[in-house]
Amino acid sequence: MIPSNFTYHAPSDLEQVFSLFDTYGKQAKVLAGGHSLLPMMKFRFAEPKQLIDLAGIDALKGVTVKDKVIDIGATTTETSILNHPELKKLCPLLVEATRLIADPQVRNRGTIGGDIAHGDPGNDHPSVMLALDATFHLASAQGTRLVKADNFFLGTYQTALQEGELLTRISIPLSVASRPFGFRKLKRKTGDFATAACALTLVKEGNQCREVRIALTNLGPKSFRAEQAEYLLNSTSISEDSINAAVHLAMQACEPAKDQRGDSQYKTNMAGEMLRRALDDAMA
Amino acid sequence: MSHKKISFKLNGKTAEVEVEDRTLLVHAIREKLNMTGTHIGCDTSHCGVCTVDIDGESVKSCTLLAVQAAGKNIVTVEGLADDKGLHAVQAAFIQEHGLQCGFCTTGMMMRAYRFLQENPEPTEEEIRWGLSGNLCRCTGYQNIIKAVMTASKNLKEVATAE
Repeated sequence: MIPSNFTYHAPSDLEQVFSLFDTYGKQAKVLAGGHSLLPMMKFRFAEPKQLIDLAGIDALKGVTVKDKVIDIGATTTETSILNHPELKKLCPLLVEATRLIADPQVRNRGTIGGDIAHGDPGNDHPSVMLALDATFHLASAQGTRLVKADNFFLGTYQTALQEGELLTRISIPLSVASRPFGFRKLKRKTGDFATAACALTLVKEGNQCREVRIALTNLGPKSFRAEQAEYLLNSTSISEDSINAAVHLAMQACEPAKDQRGDSQYKTNMAGEMLRRALDDAMA
Repeated sequence: MSHKKISFKLNGKTAEVEVEDRTLLVHAIREKLNMTGTHIGCDTSHCGVCTVDIDGESVKSCTLLAVQAAGKNIVTVEGLADDKGLHAVQAAFIQEHGLQCGFCTTGMMMRAYRFLQENPEPTEEEIRWGLSGNLCRCTGYQNIIKAVMTASKNLKEVATAE
């Protein structure tokens, strides 16, 4: 319950953040919503010496839509995503998935950027971002580089973010955001991380789909795309046989950790079932 | 060890308190400011018995540093009743038997207080979803749902009368 000692910083712009990064290096951790970091600090799984609160940086908040891109600031809260007047229409997958993250209080604090940058395979946004072909803006004192969601998640709690970098914005192409989608999450109770979940988007052409993007949650050390299943669905028409084959391929790509949510076999089977249902939803 | 003197609004009054950077808001409220209605029921941010209202949002005060609350407007259960008496939410929890041991009640009522402003006429399903961040060991939730329904009706009548 009691975190170790640290020094708290509340910068008001990005330059100050980078300057603190420069001064403290690996000792520094950014504090966004704090609903993954503080719980880890309370167990002393994490003991950062310097905490940099991003709450005072307005440039990191808010959703804008322009030039065929939905642009979401990293410290936009889950509640702000749910309550946004346009997002439900423009990017229903993101809103549906956000409804199933945590609980109201946590969603008031937890941010989309924190959910992504944490790199927890149990978090929901990583798969949603993979399915939406999102691009992440990683800023540092040297400038900003763009990294696709496909290249961002490297392992459990490991991402492409390097020392001195901050995830500042998330860009989702409107063309993908508006596609038919499916999101299915199996969980033990409201507020729990997924036992297995699947996010997917696709382009429908009669009984055929193309450009399908299938992402799986909590079924390996990181969120990942089931690429062989995607390839198969893109190259055949949708039938009981092709769905069964795709489900089989997706299940082969799973390597879930055994824990209190179930053993590897159960989770893998549930991954197949979540894909089957998400695909049904998207093709309906 | 890093200390800071911070101030925030607590139930309408300015509260000044000296905290360590690592002090959790729930501890500052309970131990430094002696508002002990806000409780602690877990160490994993699940139970919601520490729920308080900060700048118009329900927040679990165990998962916020006190320094993060500097300058904010905080309402705890002690701030619900006014000189006219109990808040409609409090009265409804009594009427509908929405509490037994009372340990979750303070957080539950703070959440219900805000939830009914977010959604003044909720369905039963919406109440269950809206209060899903608050655990209760005693009631089985049924009477809590009734209490929130009753509070919703009473608040609407008050609003109409005014």
